[in-house]
Amino acid sequence: MREMIKMVVVLTILSFFSGGVLAYIRNTYQGRIDNQVLEFVKGPAVRTIFEGAGNDPIADRFTIKDGEVERTFFVGVFDGEPRGVAFETSGKGYGGDVGLMVGIDVKDSKLMGVSVTTHGETPGMGAKAKSDPGFVAQYKGLALEQPIAVTLDGGSISAISGATITSRAVSSAATDADKIYQKLKTQIADNLKKFNK
Amino acid sequence: MAKSLTQEFVKGLWDEVPPFRLVLGLCPVLAVTKSVENGIGMGVATTFVLVGSNVLVSALRKLIPAKVRIACYIVIIATFVTVVELLMQAFQYELYLKLGIFIPLIVVNCIVLGRAEAFASKNGPVRSLLDGLGIGLGFTCSLAALASVRELLGTGYLTIWKDWGLVYHIFGSAYKPFSFMIEAPGAFMALGLMLCLMNLVGKK
Repeated sequence: MREMIKMVVVLTILSFFSGGVLAYIRNTYQGRIDNQVLEFVKGPAVRTIFEGAGNDPIADRFTIKDGEVERTFFVGVFDGEPRGVAFETSGKGYGGDVGLMVGIDVKDSKLMGVSVTTHGETPGMGAKAKSDPGFVAQYKGLALEQPIAVTLDGGSISAISGATITSRAVSSAATDADKIYQKLKTQIADNLKKFNK
Repeated sequence: MAKSLTQEFVKGLWDEVPPFRLVLGLCPVLAVTKSVENGIGMGVATTFVLVGSNVLVSALRKLIPAKVRIACYIVIIATFVTVVELLMQAFQYELYLKLGIFIPLIVVNCIVLGRAEAFASKNGPVRSLLDGLGIGLGFTCSLAALASVRELLGTGYLTIWKDWGLVYHIFGSAYKPFSFMIEAPGAFMALGLMLCLMNLVGKK
């Protein structure tokens, strides 16, 4: 009986300490880990969109609650003025969701650029949406408030050959981004004022 | 036969070097040694866990009841592994992405549990510290050695530590990469040949 109690007590105390240590380390480094995750997962996409920005778009960010989801917005400062805002949307691709980082020029209300973040498309076909910069370059400078679509659907984007579904996914993600932007426009503008330098 | 403290440390570097002499913990050895950087990263992470768990197990060896000792060791080891995982995410995220699942799997690496059960539970903290350090260093060196053979033949490069710019293009651009070596079967071949070489040297 004594041995039983000792076993329980020792294991409990050990687990208790281990939980405490882990919670402490996690709390200490949570901010740093979040930064690293954003830097390596979203960072490359955001940086291509805001090429030539005067700030660090990963560090300058804010979040807005849009119904159930919390969206993260990255800010691009050009010539001391917060002109660009980038956030992630997704469209249905051939191999699951295609994640798209969309940059919007707030001043001229047009697309500043898009970049694919995550996808499960076929290598050599749909995967070109990420690897071929020529495809996403077509979205640069498109005006908002009009549906963005591939030529087959009456839009202006020439689809990647053999990967119409992927091209449509990217276009619908860009259109979604437009809708989200229109919905949250005032909140975004409020938040952007903080980055005026 | 009591060993001196230096002997406890040195034995891990050659006589009981984990992947080659003890032939333990082969899963990460074969999986992560595609580049020297990965090998060193994995080795350092394992060394940290090994030293930490060895010292703690040996300090608590009189308190831990024999019947639940494995459970206690696992709790201790898992704590250190999670610490490593969090620190790696915070400071070396790129490496963390490459090593991926093999970092949490250090928990079930038989070297770590093996040292806790076979050594730390019978010896004092100082000896256990040196034992962990020796075995860990031996493990790191073995990973680095195996990885350099594989990476050099498989790609012609040696990536020692990318952040510090330690990337060398040894064979030049005329070299046609023997990419079999960085695939999984190449790992077995390289390990087998290195084992053979070590036995040849040790024989005389």
